[in-house]
Amino acid sequence: MRPVTKLRYVGIAIVLLALVMPGVAVSGQAKGTIKIATQSPLSGDQSAVGEGIKLGAQLAIEQLRGPIEKAGFKVELVPFDDQAKPDVGVANARNMITDKEILAVVGHYNSGVAIPSSEVYKEAMLVEISPANTNPVVTDRNLPNVNRVCGRDDVQGAVGAEFAKSLKVKTAYVIHDKTTYGQSVAEFFRDNAKKAGIEVLGFEGTEEKSNFDPILTPIRAKNPDLIYFGGIYSQGAPLFKQAREKGIKSKFLGPDGLDSPDLVKIGGQAVVGLYYTTAAGPVAFYPKAKEFVKMYKEKFKKDPQPYGAESYDSAAIALKAIENAIKAAGGKMPTRDAVAKDVRKVKYAGITGEIEFDGKGDRQKAGYFILQVGSDDPAKWDDNKLLERKEIAPPPLKK
Amino acid sequence: MDIPLLIAIFPQVLLDGLILGFMYALIALGYTMVYGVLEFINFAHSEIFIVGAFVGVEILLGLKAWGVLGSLSPFVVLVVLLVAGMAGSGLLAVTVERVAYRPLRGAPRLVPLISAIGVSFFLQDAIRLFESLWNNAFNLVYPTMNQLNYRFQVTDNIDISVKSLVVIVSALLMLWCLHLVVNKTKVGKAIRAVAEDQATASLMGINVNRMISITFLIGGAMGGAAGVLFGVQYSLINPYSGFIPGLKAFTAAVLGGIGNIPGAMMGGLVLGLLEAFAASYLSLLTGGAFGAEYKDIFAFSILILILIFRPKGLLGEIVRERA
Repeated sequence: MRPVTKLRYVGIAIVLLALVMPGVAVSGQAKGTIKIATQSPLSGDQSAVGEGIKLGAQLAIEQLRGPIEKAGFKVELVPFDDQAKPDVGVANARNMITDKEILAVVGHYNSGVAIPSSEVYKEAMLVEISPANTNPVVTDRNLPNVNRVCGRDDVQGAVGAEFAKSLKVKTAYVIHDKTTYGQSVAEFFRDNAKKAGIEVLGFEGTEEKSNFDPILTPIRAKNPDLIYFGGIYSQGAPLFKQAREKGIKSKFLGPDGLDSPDLVKIGGQAVVGLYYTTAAGPVAFYPKAKEFVKMYKEKFKKDPQPYGAESYDSAAIALKAIENAIKAAGGKMPTRDAVAKDVRKVKYAGITGEIEFDGKGDRQKAGYFILQVGSDDPAKWDDNKLLERKEIAPPPLKK
Repeated sequence: MDIPLLIAIFPQVLLDGLILGFMYALIALGYTMVYGVLEFINFAHSEIFIVGAFVGVEILLGLKAWGVLGSLSPFVVLVVLLVAGMAGSGLLAVTVERVAYRPLRGAPRLVPLISAIGVSFFLQDAIRLFESLWNNAFNLVYPTMNQLNYRFQVTDNIDISVKSLVVIVSALLMLWCLHLVVNKTKVGKAIRAVAEDQATASLMGINVNRMISITFLIGGAMGGAAGVLFGVQYSLINPYSGFIPGLKAFTAAVLGGIGNIPGAMMGGLVLGLLEAFAASYLSLLTGGAFGAEYKDIFAFSILILILIFRPKGLLGEIVRERA
């Protein structure tokens, strides 16, 4: 063994001190740590949008945590990866509720993951603000802790069907991905299309990710005017691409799951001209969003993804509610219950407009947009043409 | 029920099914050859297959980045892709055997099986890690080669694209080459001898370890070729895309009689056709009550029926030869 010199002792001491010092400094001045969690797919084929949700929340927290820090708390973001899988989302939720410092969740990209996970949040009254979950069941369960800043699929399906009607479409073929989100938005589209007098030639679900030949062959024979796909871009893009390769000339339409630059990255020329409805307005549409895009690009060196701005707003509302709850608690750490109640009271002028929740957690007035893909260059996704825009209040709770 | 429509799309569905079936057949060979020699199921084969697809896409993306993709004949490119994919997957299969299976040769049957499952997970995430570092994305898209997408219009409802022809022709060629290698060459004879009885084969002066390596090389190469064809045909691949085709190909191998080479080819074709017909016809035949989502249930129910009546698979008993 080599003899340990004095110098080395000094070195070790300095390292140890350096490790201990920041901890001492922080715990000295702060009353505690408040964490805001995000849950979205950070790995797998939907991670592009999932990461955007995380980064949107991160930006909001870094910019808007000042007031809470002044009250003496440290504010942190804890990102969770739900892998777009319900079981993973629920397992993460179980972990979250045991961490008493987590006071709010911004999350979920997939409704099928959000719904079971929010049942777990409910056990601890942990408030969830969803930037992207459009399935009606998310808020129709009337849970006191679940809110969303985006629109709903029952409205989105109707908006899509109405738009299809305006395209003078007579026949449509509906495909979905068999998830909670995809199947239900496809059903809403189908029902509303039928009401609008469009003949629905087929309604088909598939979990297939690569080989769509057997589904497309009957579609080509039936030659519908429009193909509606209820699902996510990672599956929709190869479907549309193979449809064009097979010589199918129908118009394409889909819901907000198709809203990602990755759609054209995978689908290329085949998806140019595709229409999609979305509950997330293109960032260029909101006056305040320009600054958001600029800051986002500076910080993360990439373009914001769809629902990034909604995620920013969700985190901002969470921060605002926590701030109010701290005040109400006389400067002490607020309870989760109080934060959940305060979220419902917040009126917030966010990037995506005025946000206020109704009694079941839906946004008082949500925007719905219809866009058309303009270019096969993913970098030009934000230039997609905005065809229509509506503000529609959510339907009341059915008893 | 729309009978004229059913008849009108029949040839197209048949063709879709054949393409899928040839793909399954090529992958199934890897399972069946290894089983024939070692009597164990190489679950890592689905990843060996998808590695072939990744080798292919990397070469294509490289050519595209250089700007030479458009000027090369797509058939030259295809041959290069196939050779590279076969080499990549074949060598990977040999390495996997050397590292993860050979040290466990004498162990109980379940041990190498678990090792294979481990290798499968390891490879999935290794590909993902590598592609994430290399391309900053692991969902990769095969660049379009326009000549391959050209379609010969036969009737209104039937056409054949060049790439489907490519899949069928190259699959047939490779299956034929494999047949020659296994049945007409010395190496093939040695492989068959090892499959029959390792101890006796080694007494006859056959290097058993080398023959097993060659078996993995050939099986892996077939898988790699299937990977390239899969990418060309369906265009989107990710590190996990191999799993489902791998599982189906394994089923095809069992269906044909595992350990039996012509059986694997036939099993692949049968399964591909079943799947294509189920997906296209179920909803038409049942008036929308059952849709394409039931294709696997339907295909696998038939599989169970076949195995109840022929437990050794379609060809398992007729042809006793194993390779």
